[in-house]
This record gives sequence, structure tokens and C-alpha cells, in this order.
Amino acid sequence: MTLSKIKFDKKIILSIWIILIALIIAAPTLLPVFRLNLLGRYLSLSIVALGVDLIWGYTGLLSLGQGIFFALGGYCAAMYLQITSSSEFPNNIPEFFALYGVEKLPFFWEPFRSPVFTFFAIWIIPALVAGLIGFLVFRNRIKGVYFSILTQASLLVFFNFFNGQQKLINGTNGLKTDVTQLFGQMVGSESIQRIFFWITAIMVIAAWFFAKWVVKGRFGNILIGIRDDEPRVRFTGYNPVIFKTIIFSIAGGLAGISGALYTVQSGIVSPQFMTVPFSIEMVIWVAVGGRGTLLGAILGAVFINYAKSLVSEALPASWMFIQGGLFILVVTALPEGVLGWLQGDGPRNLLQKFGFKRKIETYPSLEVKNKEGK
Amino acid sequence: MELLLDSLFNGVAIGSVLLVAALGLAIVFGLMGVINLAHGELMMLGAYTTYVTQLIFKLPILKPYYNSYIIVSIFFAFIVSGVVGILLEKTIIRKLYGSPLETLLATWGVSLILQQFVRSVPLAYGTGLVISLIIGLFLPTTFPSKVKESINFKYYKFSSWIFAALTGVLTGGVISSSISKLSRASARNVDVTAPAWMRGQVEIIGTAFPKTRLMIIVITLISVIAITLFLNQSAWGMRIRAVTQNRQMSDCLGISTEKVDIITFGIGSGLAGVAGVAVSLLGSVGPNVGGNYIVGCFMVVVLGGVGNLLGTVLASFGIGIMTDLIGAGRLLSIWPDMPLPLSNIINFFATTSMARVMIFALIVIFLQFKPTGLFPQKGRMVEN
Repeated sequence: MTLSKIKFDKKIILSIWIILIALIIAAPTLLPVFRLNLLGRYLSLSIVALGVDLIWGYTGLLSLGQGIFFALGGYCAAMYLQITSSSEFPNNIPEFFALYGVEKLPFFWEPFRSPVFTFFAIWIIPALVAGLIGFLVFRNRIKGVYFSILTQASLLVFFNFFNGQQKLINGTNGLKTDVTQLFGQMVGSESIQRIFFWITAIMVIAAWFFAKWVVKGRFGNILIGIRDDEPRVRFTGYNPVIFKTIIFSIAGGLAGISGALYTVQSGIVSPQFMTVPFSIEMVIWVAVGGRGTLLGAILGAVFINYAKSLVSEALPASWMFIQGGLFILVVTALPEGVLGWLQGDGPRNLLQKFGFKRKIETYPSLEVKNKEGK
Repeated sequence: MELLLDSLFNGVAIGSVLLVAALGLAIVFGLMGVINLAHGELMMLGAYTTYVTQLIFKLPILKPYYNSYIIVSIFFAFIVSGVVGILLEKTIIRKLYGSPLETLLATWGVSLILQQFVRSVPLAYGTGLVISLIIGLFLPTTFPSKVKESINFKYYKFSSWIFAALTGVLTGGVISSSISKLSRASARNVDVTAPAWMRGQVEIIGTAFPKTRLMIIVITLISVIAITLFLNQSAWGMRIRAVTQNRQMSDCLGISTEKVDIITFGIGSGLAGVAGVAVSLLGSVGPNVGGNYIVGCFMVVVLGGVGNLLGTVLASFGIGIMTDLIGAGRLLSIWPDMPLPLSNIINFFATTSMARVMIFALIVIFLQFKPTGLFPQKGRMVEN
């Protein structure tokens, strides 16, 4: 019996959900503030991992540039927080502008005074940028590794741009959010952080249901078709460019939400979110969890990041070795990831190695013969 | 005129660093279709090899030959990076042919391990490890064919690995006891100082050019010529080209594709090591030195057209000259009275990092019109 075939009782599913929700509500009282904050950050990272799973696990597009959209979402949130809490500073503009002698607010900051605009900008701007980049690339039938390289190059373009523009968005230093005000309270304070934790948990569940909805039905089938044999999809009369662009911008939007939630919980957004290693790490979360299994992406993101923080606290130098080893191991030995392995034939094969006889399900007559042979 | 010459030279200097770094990548990516994200770290190994060679040449016995260490280190770097590349091919990449995305992830893992390796292992023992790898991989191939064909060959192989390990430990110990700088692990950047004859400047047609830059151009030139000759004139070069064009047919005709893969990957990685020597002349050497070049290298390969050396050469010089023109704001001095909005735009991009933004944007625009680069491959194989 494989895991995927087990039909869970409705009562069991319901009780799992109740336990999960109870844990989320109780988490702030169970965990110390530091750990709670870490958990909240990692949960928000799992949203970007869901996006990576959609484009890589389902559509076969390996993007090494998800950091762009992640950081864009983060910047949108940080700009709103900075500008709404800048009334005491000279010229009514965020404090850092004074350092570079800027007196007038750059024009693109203006709309971020409105919370409604910001709420939409957090996911629409990254989705639009992703859609644009995706369309330009897919239109030319650039695929496979070329797509990966081009996304990585775009990542560097954005990194260099954000890193170099002190007068527009504070360059390398990034935008701090933990000392800004939201509803009259410091964003970095415990009570606000607790609310952000709950919002993040809800968003993860919502994003999971959304992703499940996206891959269900014909749209999801086309995505899988593109992954497995793109020319055939095209010959059947579908235009893969549209579908790839749509799914890439969906992943971009998810990355934006994730980046905004991560920013408010970590207290700063900086061009460091757009470095090359960070974007590749996102891929490894999905790869370890199991690509093409949405739950695997969430679990992978949370567990690997937790492992990272635990290992880095104990043995700082060894994390790079472990991470490098993970990349190699998961690609060569466990290509379907942990969850994929569990759902597939993995456990049965393992049991067989330890001498347990494998049950043959398809041909009951064979099974009978085997027993008689004994 | 003088300004133009200056710009041209600077462009060629930037381009030649890119070219020598991208050359190995062009071979591995172009001929084998393998994305090697550890290429930058192979460059880093080459740069560290230069540093170690320099310190070894400072020992009293070798002191008289100190001035020639840079030439020696080019060979050393080629061998060190090549051997690490061969090991990489034999252990990981071979299993992943035909799935480039997986190769990309696995080589990224390798690059992380290599970076941390130079941080946390003393360079002396790193050298010892590399020496034992070289002996272990190459000693069995030198045995007479009678031994190679015997049933006990695996025991000979095993014993040669033991010998290699012992030699490695011994050399590591000797180096670490004689050169104190190499006996401790450190994450700090190190500096390679050019020998006396390479310092200073040369005057060509009234303009002063730094000698190290000229040296890099010379290294690049030699590498390009050597690799072109190898691919076009030698027997193995012909086999490599044959496998590139049609792997199955070459296999049927009796070419050992396995050997071709190893040789191609070894040469590509070795060239990364040579690039590392060039990079070490430009600035200090650290574990992250390779990461600065890797994306630029990929851009060169994509822009030039995959599997085409001429394209790689033109693309890297093109990018180099453009970088200098944009980054140094030279267009303004060439055409001083251009309209204000245009000059504002040029000033906005006149820094090194913003020039990169502009160049990448231009490349993406270029690829809109020619998706397969300057010199696309022709024929049926392109379809896949």
C-alpha cells in the first residue's frame, strides 16, 4: 500500500486540520519569541517555495531569479512602512534620504502612501515584472538551461540596480522596517510580530489551496504537458507561451507576498534578497521536499531553514558542506524528493532490501502461485 | 584618437579576462551541453594555486627562480583545476548527462563545498589532497598494458591510491611545516604579487598600459590559439568534435565517448584554472572570487552562440568594450555636446555596477532578435 493510495477518513483529515489550527493559534505561547519569529519567517519562505514548485515541479521551468520578485514584494511593504512613519523627519520623507541630500521624494514612492495601493502592489508588481520577463523569454522559445541562465542574469541586473541606487531606495543598506510604525505600534514589537505570525500562517494555507486549485483540472494538465513534452503540447493546438507566462507571473506574485511577509518579520529588506545563492536555495527547498508535491515545498522550506539555523548556531562552518552535499545528494540519489519518495515506490523498495517480500498487487494470480510455491 | 585607443585597450583588457574565463565554459557547455556552475570555483582553485606556487617559490631552494613562478603556476593551475574537474565528471556529472537542470543544481552544490573547503582546510593540506588526486588518477594509466589487462588490476589500482594518499599527506605535512602561511585555515583574502618584471607600465603609441593587463591578454591569446589548434588539428580534437555533432554515431564508429567526455571536461576545467591565474593578477583572491565572473561568462557563451569559439571571442570583446564605453562614461567625452536628456541617461549608467545593468539589458534585447546568439549552430541537432 503506498501512501498516496491510502484513503484518509474524513474524520481524520478534519482532526489533522483542527490540530494544525490549534497549533498555529497556540504557537506564540508555546515558543519563545526568537523561535516564533524564526518559524514565522520560514513559513513565509514556504510561500515562495510553493511558487517555485508551480513553475519547476509542474511546468519544468527552473528559475534562478525568484529572488527578484521576493525582494520586490519586500520593498513594496518596506516603502509603505517607511513613508507612513516619516512624519517627524525633515521634509516628511524617510530618514535615510537626508544622508544623500535628497529633499524631494522620488516620484515612485508617492503611491505607497496609500495602504490599499500597497496591499495590491505587493503581489501585482512582482507578478507584472515576472510576466514581462517571462513573456520576453518564452516568446523566443528560450527554454531549459537558457531560461535558467537568463533568469539568473536578470537577478544580477536587479541586484546591481537596487544595490547602486542610494538616492532612490537606500542602496546596499536596504530599508529597515522594525523601527517603523503600524497602527501606532512599532512593527518590531512583540504584539505586532505575533499578528504577523498568524497572518503568515493563514497566507501559507491560503497559498497552498490556491496552488492546489491552479494545478487541478485542465490548466494543471497543460502545465504538466509542457513539462513533459512541450512540442507535443504545441502541436495539439495550445500555445505554451501563454500558459508559461501565466504560471511564471503567478509564481512571481506568490514570491512577492512571501517577500513582504518575510521583510516585516525580519525587520529589513535589502539587495541581499537578490543575491544568486538565495535564489538557488529556494530551488533546493523544493527539491528536497519533493517537486510536484505542493506540500513538499512547504515542508522543505520550513525544515531546511530550521536545520540551517540550528546547524549554523552549533557549527557555523559546516552548513555550507551540508548544503552542498544536499544539492548533490538530492539530485543523484533522491530526485523525487522526500515526499515524492514516500508517495512513490520508495518505502516498498527499502523494505524489500531488508528482506520483506514485496506484495504484487496487479496480478493476484501470481501472488497465489508464490504462496503455493512455498 | 588617443581616447579611442585607450577605450579600445581597456575594453580588450576587460574582454580578455572574460574570454579566458568563458573559454573553458564554452567548451564544456558548448560541446557537452553541461552547465557547470562550479566553473567559477575551478577558477578560484586556479587563483589559489598561483598563490601557493608563489609561496613555494619563496623557499630558499627555489628563490633564484622566483621571477618565473607565474609561468609555472599557469601549468600548475591547469593541472589542479583539470584534475578536480575530471574527478567531478567521474563522480557526479557522468550520472546526469541528458538532464542539464539537475547538473546545474549538483554543480552548484559542488561549488558551495569547494568554497567552504578553501575556507576551512589549511591550504597546505589542500595542496596535499590535490597531489594525491593527481597521482591516484594518473598513476594507474601509466602501468604497462600487461598489468592493466590482468584480473588483479583493481588491486594495483587500489594500492596506487594508497601510495597517492601517503604522498599527499607527506607533501601536505612538508608544506605546512615549511611555509607557516599555508598551515592555518583562513577565510581571509590573499594577495598574489606579480614578479618584478611584470610590474609597471609599457608605453604603446603614447599611452601607458599596465604590464599585468598585457600579460592577461597574452595568456588569453595563447589559450585561444592552443585550444583552437587542439580542436581542429589533433586526433582527440577531431573525436571531440565528432561526439559533439552526433554522439551515438561516434560511439558506433568506435570512438570512446566516455574518454572524450573526460578529456573535454578536463580541458574545460583546466582552462578555468588558467583563468584563475589571470584573475589573481587583477586583485586579491578569496573564496568568492569565482562567483563574480560566472554569470558574465554564461552571458558570453549565450551571446556568442553555443558551441562556437569565434562567437565566444567576439562576444567577450564586444562585452568588454561596451562595458568600458558605458561604465567609464566615455561616450560623453567622445561626443561632448550631445543633447541633455541623452547625456543624463549616460551619466546614470556611468558606474561599474550600472554598466552591468545596461549590458545585461542589451543582451536580453539582443536575444529577442537572435535567440540563438551571434553564430547559431546549424543542422538537425539544433532542434533538440
